[in-house]
Amino acid sequence: MATTPFGIFGAGGAGTWQPDPTFYPSPRLAASAPREELAYIVTLNPDAIGGDRAARPDALVVADVNPSSPTYGSLVGRVEMPNAGDELHHFGWNACSSALCPYAPHPHVERRYLVVPGLRSSRIHILDTKPDPAHPRLVKVIEADELARRAGYSRPHTVHCGPDGVYLSALGAPDGEGPGGIFLLDHERFDVLGRWEIDRGEQHLAYDFTWHLGWDTVLTSEWGTPSMVEAGVNPELLLAGKYGHQLHVWDLRKRRKVQSLDLGAEQQMVLELRPSHDPTRAFGFVGVVTSLKDLSASVWAWYRLDDPIFGDASARPRPGEEWAIRKVIEIPAEPADPDTLPPALKPFGAVPPLVTDINLSLDDQSLYVSCWGTGDFKRYDVSDPFHPKLTGNVRLGGITSHGAHPASGPLNGGPQMVEVSRDGKRVYVSNSLYASWDAQFYPEGVRGWVAKFDAPEDGSLHLDPRFFLEFDGERPHQIRLQGGDASSDTFCYP
Amino acid sequence: MPDLAAILADGPWVTLGLLGAWHGVNPGMGWLFAVALGLQRRSRRVVVSALVPIAVGHELSLVATTAIGAVLGAAIDPRYVHPVAAAVLVAFGVIKFVRPRLHPRWTSFRVSHIDLVWWSFLMASAHGAGLMVLPVLAGWSPTSLDLAAPHDHAGPVALVLGDASLPTTVAIVRGVAAVSLHTLAMVLAMTTVAVLVYERLGVQVLRRAWVNVDQLWAIALVATGMVTFFT
Repeated sequence: MATTPFGIFGAGGAGTWQPDPTFYPSPRLAASAPREELAYIVTLNPDAIGGDRAARPDALVVADVNPSSPTYGSLVGRVEMPNAGDELHHFGWNACSSALCPYAPHPHVERRYLVVPGLRSSRIHILDTKPDPAHPRLVKVIEADELARRAGYSRPHTVHCGPDGVYLSALGAPDGEGPGGIFLLDHERFDVLGRWEIDRGEQHLAYDFTWHLGWDTVLTSEWGTPSMVEAGVNPELLLAGKYGHQLHVWDLRKRRKVQSLDLGAEQQMVLELRPSHDPTRAFGFVGVVTSLKDLSASVWAWYRLDDPIFGDASARPRPGEEWAIRKVIEIPAEPADPDTLPPALKPFGAVPPLVTDINLSLDDQSLYVSCWGTGDFKRYDVSDPFHPKLTGNVRLGGITSHGAHPASGPLNGGPQMVEVSRDGKRVYVSNSLYASWDAQFYPEGVRGWVAKFDAPEDGSLHLDPRFFLEFDGERPHQIRLQGGDASSDTFCYP
Repeated sequence: MPDLAAILADGPWVTLGLLGAWHGVNPGMGWLFAVALGLQRRSRRVVVSALVPIAVGHELSLVATTAIGAVLGAAIDPRYVHPVAAAVLVAFGVIKFVRPRLHPRWTSFRVSHIDLVWWSFLMASAHGAGLMVLPVLAGWSPTSLDLAAPHDHAGPVALVLGDASLPTTVAIVRGVAAVSLHTLAMVLAMTTVAVLVYERLGVQVLRRAWVNVDQLWAIALVATGMVTFFT
């Protein structure tokens, strides 16, 4: 990709001559992109999280995912963070396809920098994937106090490249309490621009966020404040239904909360938000970790009442009542011998599925669901979003089942973070959730791995026997694919 | 009072038309927003009707810039008109160099026609569309008019509207004619590109055709400023 003919004059970054080739106007065009050759994975070092300051820091590692490469299925790069104990978790790109959105276009920036927050340390690392994409370089660190001073937030989580800057969510305030919310970084210099909300209403808990740019709408989900989650899941709070059970709908333009969708207090921990990629549609899926009623997990579909396809396009819902949500998938807990269960689960005599992550293919047709407790990894046909059909299921790890991979013996941990390739043909999963929660559900210690599935058009799921990454003492969390993936980009054209 | 033909003689019509067409084909000036709105509602009618407020906003920005230029030109000591105009153009060009993606913040897709007028006004102003038209208008030589008053002392900006050497009526007629031509060219170019992309090419054309002219634009501004300074 050439820079502009006059790039030499551009002190502030001249930009490219043509748009970044990884920017796609529509999800359909993105799905026709060449396949990814590298995957970026963040790893955490549980010893450092446990307070061992001499332990190695967390890292961003680079996996070769090009099957014709001699190093296919192995790690080819590694960048350690400057400090130990960050608890790297989610991360994202500085810019993506949303740069082509028509109302604030900046098509000549590059998808180049990875924005990598430490969920525990609140440090935000900026890594440059150029010139060598297999060996990114750390170019900037935003310290926790800068984030606190300029945005009033702490524990940064989700990163999304927006049309006008980088948006991040944060679990809470610097003192470990709420409210959590959204803040912005400028996408050229990575300065913290401040908190996003103008009027949050009674919203207090935060976790993930997403948007329907075509509908001027932001959605946020709820986990818990830092004080509620950092020492592990608190059984008293859980049984009292105090973890998050709502979705909040916001006006993107006015930055005001306009509606809350309550799933019911028994639905505990409403986490990953996966919206339709088609900007003319207004629906998406969110996973719920567990129900207090029966330890089941579930997936819910939110939608606008006037969505053109399955809503009523002629409906004129009143402001503040435009969105609705319904449960579309329920996954039951599995009875188990208490002797085989970790202390936290012994009283229940069952393994909860614990849906901790989900992901939606770019064509909005396949939904992938991780059951981190039972070890199931499920694929659903969601061409009718209200009536998903289970089309594939593979078990890897699991609290009691320890499902094996063809390239390994029995595994622990379970499928957790999911990422889907742009063409929808490959799916990558990692097995660690969050250090203090790993210890409660897998007290023997999660042994880190990343597996890859092939996902053919018939709806099935097949483990790739050639691809299995094992980690020594480290635990992998989110996976991002070179050039973008199914959860990194937003599109403004259908 | 000279007749209309004399007033409009020797106008920089070609330049104005080309500038209008240039603004029209630039995706950042609005046709792309119109296409996106049409795709969102699956309607070509939406595309075309969105172009109207976009054109209005753009021309309002032009009128505002030229009016400000004219007033300043009339207010400033004629000796300083050239240097001040040159400084403004060069400064704007340099800003465009250093921060090519600096533009007003806008985060809304679901817009009314009033919103579109305001959006287009902001984008055209931030882009410096009027600053490029200003020197063209200013360079419109008054010598073809049989005017009694001497005008050699007047700077180019002053001649746009308010300078004493050019009767106000003449200046306004010229301004209206220039803006109308610019609008016509822009609307033609915009509509052609928008309909072509909506109906035939599809938005994938953006991936290759959306070339980065920010710096060419910045250079043009600086160069115009230089020329203004030395003339």
